[in-house]
Amino acid sequence: MGKAQVIPFGPQHPVLPEPIHLDLVVQDETVVDVLPQIGFIHRGLEKLVETHDIHQYIYVAERICGICAFGHSMGYAETVERLMNVEVPKRAEYLRVIMHELSRIHSHLLWMGLAADAFGYESLFMHTWRLRERVLDIFEAVAGGRVILSYTLLGGVTNDVDEPMLAHIKDVLAGMKKEYNELCNAFLKDTSVKNRTVGVGTLSQEEAIEYGIVGPFARASNVNNDVRCIGQGAYGELSSFEPILDTDGDCYARVKVRALEVLQAIDIINELIDKIPGGPILNPVKGAPEAGSEASGILEQPRGEVYYYCSGNGTKNLERMRIRTPTSQNIAGMTMALKGCDLADVNMIVLSIDPCISCTER
Amino acid sequence: MGSFKLGRMTLRSLFKKPETVLYPVEKRYEPEGLKGHIAVDIKKCTMCGVCQKRCPTGAITVDKEAGTWTINRFDCIQCRTCVRDCAFDCLTMEPGYQKPATEKFSATETKPEPTDEELAEKARKEAEKAARVKAALEAKAAREKAAKEAEGQ
Ligand code: SF4
Ligand code: SF4
Repeated sequence: MGKAQVIPFGPQHPVLPEPIHLDLVVQDETVVDVLPQIGFIHRGLEKLVETHDIHQYIYVAERICGICAFGHSMGYAETVERLMNVEVPKRAEYLRVIMHELSRIHSHLLWMGLAADAFGYESLFMHTWRLRERVLDIFEAVAGGRVILSYTLLGGVTNDVDEPMLAHIKDVLAGMKKEYNELCNAFLKDTSVKNRTVGVGTLSQEEAIEYGIVGPFARASNVNNDVRCIGQGAYGELSSFEPILDTDGDCYARVKVRALEVLQAIDIINELIDKIPGGPILNPVKGAPEAGSEASGILEQPRGEVYYYCSGNGTKNLERMRIRTPTSQNIAGMTMALKGCDLADVNMIVLSIDPCISCTER
Repeated sequence: MGSFKLGRMTLRSLFKKPETVLYPVEKRYEPEGLKGHIAVDIKKCTMCGVCQKRCPTGAITVDKEAGTWTINRFDCIQCRTCVRDCAFDCLTMEPGYQKPATEKFSATETKPEPTDEELAEKARKEAEKAARVKAALEAKAAREKAAKEAEGQ
């Protein structure tokens, strides 16, 4: 055994668009210990509840993370609605979930592209992102923006989606599904993908539970913590919902879970579009949350469970807003998965948890 | 197992037209409702200042004295709050993004001086209102008087 050395990884690293720093303790090309360090892009967004009222904060919540932008605005709105006992019209709930599942598709496709880039399969990367563009076009047509949608309002959504548009979404998804199956075939069966992912960065079920990891990272280690099972909002109206699990706990299992979740999301959207009820889309929220009232909410985002807490103080501004994001949970699990791996596999493993550092630091 | 799983898709894309467009020669289509920039119909604006109050980024400044409505398009996040909340429907969201620039600047719209016709219309409306108020006051006084007389009897 050679002498242990420390190799810095990040905060600027080609594999990650976001800054996280890892000190890798390496012995003969094998990682023996990892020390993560975060705090490079803290923006103090939770503090902004003091200067932005409950309606304006939606646009701050949206900017917590670019990829889960819609999810954060939805989670925040649901929590404040619970705080103020506001009932959301059924149609708005359906529309929110449809948009949220579309976000999941685009987030997973983005991640799959980045993963393909990390293991050096450039054409797969390009094709995945080409397909992702279709979802962004839907967003653009529905909400007027590609990434930041500003589609949620307290008590509903901003504008209705008419029948022809819903049919168009179904058409686009049907076309996408065909091409996506081909991509999936490459991700799940290609030797060059398997060589880089099978058996790499394994995390057992016990470890996954011990470190409290969430999202597809946990589901790849056979831990079912998919919050969608609870059936909040329009998720409760689905005829059946089975979370996608895998038992291997390696990078390949994580690719597989996400790849299949995209197909699952397409099915969910199709089912909800078929079932969507008519009616109003907004129940305007008036007044302010009562002093001392508290509420919390959870939501399954593409990267895992997000927890929101808020409390009111009788004014238009919240007393406190607290968000726990999936990546802050998953970093501990990631350091475990990294121990004992080859130095060359570090970037694949770091990427396989789908880290979102701007969520983590807010 | 096997390699070149993506071969067919890649081959196909050799013969397809490119997914990208040659910006700036070619422009992407802009869907209706694209969040480009805020346009104001300054004639309708009453300078009530609601848009300034509700805007989450403070991009709008309304000066009632000077009759100006100012927007800093670089601060605007295209959230549409002002469009929704303006009671007089003078704001709209239109396609077309703000061009990049090296410095932030604001665009100001000034409420035009009212024309003679508009002034006449305003004067007429005010006179009507005054007449209505006067009639109402007189009616009230008459009612009160009648009530007093009734009490006196
Ligand atoms: S809310 Fe409408 S009427 Fe009022 S100042 Fe703004 S643009 Fe003018
Ligand atoms: S769209 Fe939003 S950010 Fe822009 S001016 Fe209107 S309220 Fe302000």
